[in-house]
Amino acid sequence: MSPMARTAPVPAATDPAIIRNFCIIAHIDHGKSTLADRMLQSTGVVQARDMKAQYLDRMDIERERGITIKSQAVRMPWEVDGVSYALNMIDTPGHVDFTYEVSRSLAACEGAVLLVDAAQGIEAQTLANLYLAMENDLTIIPVLNKIDLPAAQPEKYAAELANLIGGDPEDVLLVSGKTGVGVEALLDKIVTDLPAPVGNADAPARAMIFDSVYDTYRGVVTYVRVVDGMLHPRERIQMMSTRASHELLEIGVSSPEPTPSKGLGVGEVGYLITGVKDVRQSKVGDTVTNLAKPASKSLSGYADPKPMVFSGLYPLDGTDYPVLRDALDKLKLNDAALIYEPETSAALGFGFRVGFLGLLHLEIVRERLEREFNLDLISTAPNVVYEVTLEDKSVLTVTNPSEFPAGKIKEVREPMVSATILAPNEFVGAIMELCQGRRGQMKGMDYLSEDRVELRYWIPLAEIVFDFFDILKSKTRGYASLDWKADGEQVADLVKVDILLQGEQVDAFSAITHKDKAYAYGVMMTGKLRELIPRQQFEVPIQAAIGSRIIARESIRAIRKDVLAKCYGGDISRKRKLLEKQKEGKKRMKMVGRVEVPQEAFIAALTTDESKDKAKK
Amino acid sequence: MPSTLPLGDPAPSNGLLPGQATDGVADRAFGLYVHIPFCAVRCGYCDFNTYTATELGGGASQDAYAATASSEVVFAAKVLAESGLPQRKLGTVFFGGGTPTLLPAHDLAMILRTAIGQWGLEEGAEVTTEANPDSVTPESLAVLREAGFTRVSFGMQSAVPHVLKVLDRTHTPSRVPQVVRWAREAGLDVSLDLIYGTPGESLADWRHSLETALSYEPDHISAYALIVEDGTKLAAQIRRGEVPGIDDDDHADKYELADQLITEAGLGWYEVSNWARTPEHACRHNLAYWRGDDWWGIGPGAHSHVGGVRWWNVKHPTAYAGRLAQGLSPAAGRETLDQETRNVERVLLEVRLRSGLDIPTLSPAGRHEVAGLIADGLVDPAAAFRGKLVLTLQGRLLADAVVRRVLPD
Repeated sequence: MSPMARTAPVPAATDPAIIRNFCIIAHIDHGKSTLADRMLQSTGVVQARDMKAQYLDRMDIERERGITIKSQAVRMPWEVDGVSYALNMIDTPGHVDFTYEVSRSLAACEGAVLLVDAAQGIEAQTLANLYLAMENDLTIIPVLNKIDLPAAQPEKYAAELANLIGGDPEDVLLVSGKTGVGVEALLDKIVTDLPAPVGNADAPARAMIFDSVYDTYRGVVTYVRVVDGMLHPRERIQMMSTRASHELLEIGVSSPEPTPSKGLGVGEVGYLITGVKDVRQSKVGDTVTNLAKPASKSLSGYADPKPMVFSGLYPLDGTDYPVLRDALDKLKLNDAALIYEPETSAALGFGFRVGFLGLLHLEIVRERLEREFNLDLISTAPNVVYEVTLEDKSVLTVTNPSEFPAGKIKEVREPMVSATILAPNEFVGAIMELCQGRRGQMKGMDYLSEDRVELRYWIPLAEIVFDFFDILKSKTRGYASLDWKADGEQVADLVKVDILLQGEQVDAFSAITHKDKAYAYGVMMTGKLRELIPRQQFEVPIQAAIGSRIIARESIRAIRKDVLAKCYGGDISRKRKLLEKQKEGKKRMKMVGRVEVPQEAFIAALTTDESKDKAKK
Repeated sequence: MPSTLPLGDPAPSNGLLPGQATDGVADRAFGLYVHIPFCAVRCGYCDFNTYTATELGGGASQDAYAATASSEVVFAAKVLAESGLPQRKLGTVFFGGGTPTLLPAHDLAMILRTAIGQWGLEEGAEVTTEANPDSVTPESLAVLREAGFTRVSFGMQSAVPHVLKVLDRTHTPSRVPQVVRWAREAGLDVSLDLIYGTPGESLADWRHSLETALSYEPDHISAYALIVEDGTKLAAQIRRGEVPGIDDDDHADKYELADQLITEAGLGWYEVSNWARTPEHACRHNLAYWRGDDWWGIGPGAHSHVGGVRWWNVKHPTAYAGRLAQGLSPAAGRETLDQETRNVERVLLEVRLRSGLDIPTLSPAGRHEVAGLIADGLVDPAAAFRGKLVLTLQGRLLADAVVRRVLPD
């Protein structure tokens, strides 16, 4: 075993030959953060007494959910055969919604630690990220974690990993982030197996931004990997995609606290501070160069984040609208993928149509708005973006079902995804049934090991954004994992289903569905509303309609009795107070035409049963 | 009255009323309510202020109650005079409970005599007592008539044994025609109280109760939907699933049946839950409540109203008797209503009456609602043309909703 390094290589003066840049690819709960913490301890960059669990995950939500949303990079010294190396560990987001960020993190590395739970085996998202890493020609170090668990099956899963990446099951390292077993061997292996970064020290500076984080005190902190040349403090830098230039106020490395340095050279990983306040001015994937001596060509792979899922967010209390607006403005500083624009719903009032990378992104944003800004929100059912071509050949982009044009439609295109599902083979039937029911086309199927299957589908994104994952989990007793990535679009027979209360359309409940599913949606929603809306003084028909054609109908019978039978001397004060209370209650109702709809009915109607269960936990 | 007292301001110990109580007094009738807080058995649905123990100490026992109540009558007369209200004769007196007839008729007569002594009775005054069919005799009814009572209201509730059992009513149905006949022979007008919507009561059961009650040819019928009040035995039984819950649609069906059968028998509605053989047989005391007249409520937990001042006595008979023994007002709290609140009360009470609510007194926004109420079938269009908001049958069932609509913010 190697000892802790006696001297650490100095940033800005480190030979690329002693630099190793790596990331850890792992599924949500496979112990990546715990292993990272253990590495920080073993290399001595964090003293045991300063250790808090999951040191690198800064946001509360990250720590609570045990997932990493934003990646960061830590520089750690490690000595092998008397040579001190600089190891840069680049933390990657673990979730499918952040595939683009993952791809940029991978592009900053020469190698990846493939970390898999020895009791669970590889999961779909990990597999997807592994393929991504292999496409980027990264050297893979396979590792089984949690070998201290009684349920660990290292032989079985080592064989599975060897099968996936080629190689020998014996080469799979066995570690326990919890006990520390195998961690030093892993650090050694990172040094010996991973290639050193290669770049031209004399060329104009080029550094790739792989993360960009807003800090209240320091403004935007940009994480970069230097490819060519060198960056120095106080010089002016330029963002190659926007041509915007900034003064480099500070440059340094994280170990793990930010430590200013005299610069960053070829192969080094560190942070930049320019004083900008919005992460949009420092975009992930962009290339940083020197303004005075700019590079002629930017590094490849830059793309703007593209929201895939849209939802309307409305404050429960209409007077909170400005609070919501300010809150979104603040979150945007730290979330380049968050986009939104004001929207008005007849039913829900003033709110925003917000675009997200995926459902987890939506949930995280919503939760942060509620938690950090103390907002109570109603969110409409998430939907995808449709391209609608009208008969006159004009094309509309629809992000809100209520904007879906009525009639004169030539065709509607919907976004498609390639989905990968991994599960024990006993659930293959259930999964196929689910995917077929969701208009999925099977693209392939492979056995990863004797009893684990990979199923690949081409499936409309709209079919998986709402409750697909919850249902998949329940149909497979929690064993299945899912990954997807955007993959083109298709023309589909899509219609808008409107919900009408007493003839008035309720925009918040409109949905775009496949023609074959419109009826089911109509029946489900009208039935739900019949239960949720209290009886009124008149009968309230609830209809589901495609255009002017009614496809489902329910009705709320008129309330027949609303009178206090007895009202004598002693009852009068009580009766008056009851009236005052009822009037207060009425203020919390939303009016749809003449129909009083309680706020709770909107929330309940827009919530799936699964997410209701989640909220209860 | 419900046993839970409202929250209000503290009432002064001398009972004196603020100046506004005298405003417009000439336009208001004056009545007396006497609460008798005793019952032989507490009914499972009842949350009224009543006690089954025969011995409550400190002047609160049944034996001493007539004297204690009489002392509040004397106190009341003094307070009204000292508050600057003119001397007014009693237009109506109403003994309620509890079970007034659980006290000897002589006790009731004594309280009434004290009241007449203080204020006098108007010519043709209405003096009513509630009575349980079990607790009257021809003799006791004759004593009441002799003392000046004109009317008796029997708590019949139902003619169906299994319904009476759920209500914990102890009388046998066959006793009702007998006591009705005795009351008539004594020269008293007769009203019957019925309750509908009791758990387990079928529509046929209710029809039977109505037909039976009408066959006794009462001068007046009150029919109340059963209200399950929090804290009652019945509420607990429903919560535990021992008896079925209350269904508003069932109540609506039964109200409609009641209105149909009672009307066919020649009585007419004059308030949401009350029907009378002729307008003269309407209970004037109760009308006084709905018209915002003045009344003084005697007894523990009793409510009073004089000129926009409402107050209510302490609940427990022992505390009540103790206050009076010290010459203090037994009031526990009171509220002095401002004009807007009085207007709200006027609307919510007058809307219940067949005489109706004056549409011109509504706010412009409230008047604006009237056309919609007519369109929805809740308000009688002919009466509305004459400037009165009078509820239709459907409107009576939705009276509280109508109130909310004609009282917009």
